[in-house]
Amino acid sequence: MSALFEFDNVTMRFGGVTALREVSLTINTGEIFALIGPNGAGKTTVFNVVTGVYQPSEGEVRFDGNRVDGMKRFKVTKSGIARTFQNIRLFHNMSALENVMVGADAHHKTGAIGAVLGLPWHRKEEKRGREAARALLDFVGISKVEHEAAKNLSYGDQRRLEIARALATDPKLLMLDEPAAGMNPAEKNDLQVLIRKIRDDGRTVLLIEHDMGLVMHISDRLAVLDFGQLIAEGLPHEVQNNQKVIEAYLGVAEDAS
Amino acid sequence: MKGEAEVANGNGSRQPRGFHPIDKARDWWADAPQWQRYGTYLVVLVLALILPAPWIGSFMSPDSDWTNVLIFPIGTYILLAIGLNIVVGHAGMLDLGFVAFFAIGAYTLATMSTKYGWAFWPTLVLGIFLAAMSGVILGAPTLRLRGDYLAIVTLGFGEIVRITANNTDAIGGAPGITNIPHPEPMFGVEFFLDPAPYYYLILFAIVLVIVFSVRLHKSRVGRAWAAIREDEDAAELMGVPTFKFKLLAFAIGAMIGGFAGTIYASKAVYIAPPNFPFILSATILAAVVLGGAGNLPGVILGAFIVAWLPERFRFLAEYRILIFGFVLVLMMALRPEGLLPSRQRKAELREGTGGMGAMGAEVAGPDSEASAEVTK
Repeated sequence: MSALFEFDNVTMRFGGVTALREVSLTINTGEIFALIGPNGAGKTTVFNVVTGVYQPSEGEVRFDGNRVDGMKRFKVTKSGIARTFQNIRLFHNMSALENVMVGADAHHKTGAIGAVLGLPWHRKEEKRGREAARALLDFVGISKVEHEAAKNLSYGDQRRLEIARALATDPKLLMLDEPAAGMNPAEKNDLQVLIRKIRDDGRTVLLIEHDMGLVMHISDRLAVLDFGQLIAEGLPHEVQNNQKVIEAYLGVAEDAS
Repeated sequence: MKGEAEVANGNGSRQPRGFHPIDKARDWWADAPQWQRYGTYLVVLVLALILPAPWIGSFMSPDSDWTNVLIFPIGTYILLAIGLNIVVGHAGMLDLGFVAFFAIGAYTLATMSTKYGWAFWPTLVLGIFLAAMSGVILGAPTLRLRGDYLAIVTLGFGEIVRITANNTDAIGGAPGITNIPHPEPMFGVEFFLDPAPYYYLILFAIVLVIVFSVRLHKSRVGRAWAAIREDEDAAELMGVPTFKFKLLAFAIGAMIGGFAGTIYASKAVYIAPPNFPFILSATILAAVVLGGAGNLPGVILGAFIVAWLPERFRFLAEYRILIFGFVLVLMMALRPEGLLPSRQRKAELREGTGGMGAMGAEVAGPDSEASAEVTK
C-alpha cells in the first residue's frame, strides 16, 4: 500500500477562528477512508483545502507525489481529485446527462474553433464524452432519467448524479461529502454497494459521513476530527472504543471531571 | 433536444410541457425529423431573401426606405444582439458596454480605409481581430468580478471607448470620419447607393454568426458556459477552467460586435462618436432580455422588434419613443422571461438563480467567501 494522499500538519485559520489545527492524515491507494466528527469539527474544511477552495494557512497537501495546495481548483480536479457537495450543487437546469458530460469535459481539449468548424477530433470527443457519461449514469443506476433536468430528480438520485459527475472527471481520489444524508435505509444500502464498486474500480474514496452504521461497515480506516483537531485515527473498531471519541460525541460524564 | 421525444413516454416530465402555442411549436421542433428542420431553415432563409421587397416595406416602414431600415437598425441590431447573447445569455455575464466593440470595429474600418487605403475584406478581419483583442484586454483583469461589479466596469469601458474616440484627432476626434469608402465590388455587384447588396452582406453575416453560435452552444464550450451560469464554483471544481471560458465568451461576443461595426461603417460613409452612445448598449441588452436571453430565435425576434418599432412609428415624431417605451413595458409585463425564452433560462429566472448578476447570480454557497480566490 502506498500513500496516495497526505495532509501534512495543515492548519487553516479564518480570522481568529482556527478551523483545522495541525492536522496530518495519510490515505493509501485503494482505501475507503472515512472522516467523522461532530458538526463543525472541520470535515468539510478538509475537503475545501484539498480541492483548492481554501489555501491552508500552514502545512502542505500532497497528492500522488505533488503538492496541490495553492493549485487552481480546476487543475486539482484534472490532477485526479473529485468531490461531491454536502448540500447538493448540481447544474439544476441542465439534464442529468449534461451534468455528467461537464465532468467528462475536464479532460477534453477542443475549444471554440473545433466546435465552430465541427472538426473531427471535436466530434470524436463529444461522442466519447456522451458515451462515457451514459455509462456512468448506468453505473450509478440512474440511466432512465438521463434527459431529466437535474432538479427534477429525487433526492437520492441527485446524490447519485453528483457521484457520477465527479466520477466523470476520472479521479484517483473521490471525496464524498455526506453522501448518505437524507437517504432511507434501502438507499443507504445501495450507496454502500456503489461506494464499494467505485473502490473496486481502482479508485480511492475519502468519505465524510454521519451515519455510523454505514461508516463502520464500509471504511477500511477512519479518522475523527473534533474542533479542528485530529483526535483519533485507525481501524473502525479501534476508533469506536477510543475514549476521546466517545467523549467528543457524547460529552464527558459529570463525575469524570 | 434530441431526448425530449422521450418525455412523453411517462417517466416524469423533463420540463413541463406547455399549452402555450409557442411551447407547442417548440415541442414540435424538438421532435421534428431532420428534413422538416432543414425545410424550416430553407423557408426562413427564402423569407429573409425576399424581405426587402417594396410591398413588404410599404407596410413595415412607410416613412423611410425599408431596405435601409433592414440594414440599420434591424440587421445591425440583430447581429449585435446575437453577439451580446453569447455574453449575457450563454455565459451569464452582464455587459453594459457592448457598444464599445461595435465602435472598435467601425473605427478600424473607417481609419484603415480612409488613411491607409485598405480594402474591405482585410479591414473586416482586422476589425474583428481588434475587437476580440479589446475584449480580452477588458476581460482579463475584470472577469474576476461578478454580477453588478462587472456590469459597472463594462459600462465604464463603453464610455471610455466613445470618449477616447471623441478626443483623439488621429481617428477623427469629435467631427468623426467622413468619406469612408464602400466595399469594392464583389461577384460583379457594386456597393454604392443601392442598399440591396449591403442587405445581403449583413444577411450573410447574420447566418454565419447564427451557425457559429448554435455550434458553440451545443459543444463543450456551451456546456461550460451553462455550468458557469448555474454554479460557477461547482463548475470550477468539476474541472471547468471558468476564467478561460468567461474570457472566451467575452472575446467571441466582442468579435461579433466588431463584425457588425465594420459592416456598419462601410455602409454609413460617415461615423462619429455620437453614433456609439451608451443607449445603444442598453437597447441591445433590452433586445436580448426581451427576446429571451439564451434562445437564439427569441433574441433575433427581440432585436427585430426593438429596432423596427421606432421606425414603424416614425410618423408620430417625438412620441414614437413614448410608444416604444410603452410596448417594452407591456412586453416585460406579459412575458417577463422574454418573448421566446430558452427553457433552461426560463427555469433559472423563475427560481432566481443563474445569470446576469443582479438578477440572481450572487446566491451564496458554502464556498462563496473563497470565490474571490478562484483565479489566483
